[in-house]
Amino acid sequence: MGKKSIFREFTKGILKENPIFIILLGLCPALGVSSKVINAIGMGAGVIFVLLSSNIFVSLLKNFIPEKVRIPSYIVIIASFVTIVEMVMQAYLPTLFESLGVFVPLIVVNCVILGRAEAFANRNTVTASILDALGMGIGFTLSLILIALVREVLGAGTITIMAIGDFDGIIKIPVIYNAPARVFGLSAGALLVMGYLKAFFNWYSSRRRAA
Amino acid sequence: MSYIAIFITFVFINNFILTQFLGLCPFIGVSKNTESAIGMGFAVTFVMAIASIVTWMVNNFILIPLEIQFLQTITFILVIASLVQFVEMVVQKISPQLYKALGIFLPLITTNCAVLGIALINVTKNYNALESFTAGSSAGLGFLLAILLMSNIRERLDLVKVPKPFQGVPIAFISGGLMALAFMAFDKALLTNLLG
Repeated sequence: MGKKSIFREFTKGILKENPIFIILLGLCPALGVSSKVINAIGMGAGVIFVLLSSNIFVSLLKNFIPEKVRIPSYIVIIASFVTIVEMVMQAYLPTLFESLGVFVPLIVVNCVILGRAEAFANRNTVTASILDALGMGIGFTLSLILIALVREVLGAGTITIMAIGDFDGIIKIPVIYNAPARVFGLSAGALLVMGYLKAFFNWYSSRRRAA
Repeated sequence: MSYIAIFITFVFINNFILTQFLGLCPFIGVSKNTESAIGMGFAVTFVMAIASIVTWMVNNFILIPLEIQFLQTITFILVIASLVQFVEMVVQKISPQLYKALGIFLPLITTNCAVLGIALINVTKNYNALESFTAGSSAGLGFLLAILLMSNIRERLDLVKVPKPFQGVPIAFISGGLMALAFMAFDKALLTNLLG
């Protein structure tokens, strides 16, 4: 494999085949945990870990897993790594675990992960699968952060990131903080923001195609 | 909590799609026409009701006595996956007609987060068997309601002129958002007003 195509495996997940805005996979967590930026980062980290590990295992085991039971086997592989994420997060990041709630175990049914196992790792080498997983995972995380940024800035006037030392991790946006549009933090706002962002991406890619 | 309260909570107040975002993929993917929306809605309701009861039994008779609750996620997803296969086979044998209507939707349901979601929510809420069943079927009905309304909206949207970048998925999301706004009228006050 040439250097160029390796690079392409990595970057395709970020823009051209972005899982959320272009392929529309993994929508439930994308909207469910995007009310705060920190939740989006946490969710993204969990998904990257599970995606990377399951892609590695699936591509290593692709010659051993019988064709007929491949989907259940993938689900077991994915579920084991999700359980690891669940335990680690509960032990070391209890507040994040609490605010992500049911969406942590639901990483199992995140279609991005199963989709990549079936469509990519299952028929490619380990290196390519690792790059694919990283690209897709980063694309997923960036999209999540984008949705969360829009929702949190407009809905609460804050940006919540990691608390370090004296800094409590909350950046307040001057004007909006005093009069936020609360609806963006609610479920209705999530669907609206997603709709407008998707429309933006459609407009952007159609313009690029025309150029 | 009474069964009526559970029903109202899961159909209206905590509607799975519009407030919890569980099961969005089929909500966007299969809502282009009313017929398939109804098929998907009933298939999901059916599986969720059965899955709630089966996962409750697995949790209470196997996982808790053996103290292996940390295996919950793995066990539940396996139970759901095999349950969906089983339901598919049974429906195919008993009622070919029903199979014709629901058949193509059943395999998709395994990775519908609503099903695993309700199983996990039942556990966190400590529901007993009958409450779990009520919660599962009500959440399924809530899904059916939302996907049905959505498919009606989308059929009408086909007849109007939508700006090009908004065609298809984006306008579906925006209509979903407006529906969620309407559903905000249902809140906890509804329960206290109705049931005292």
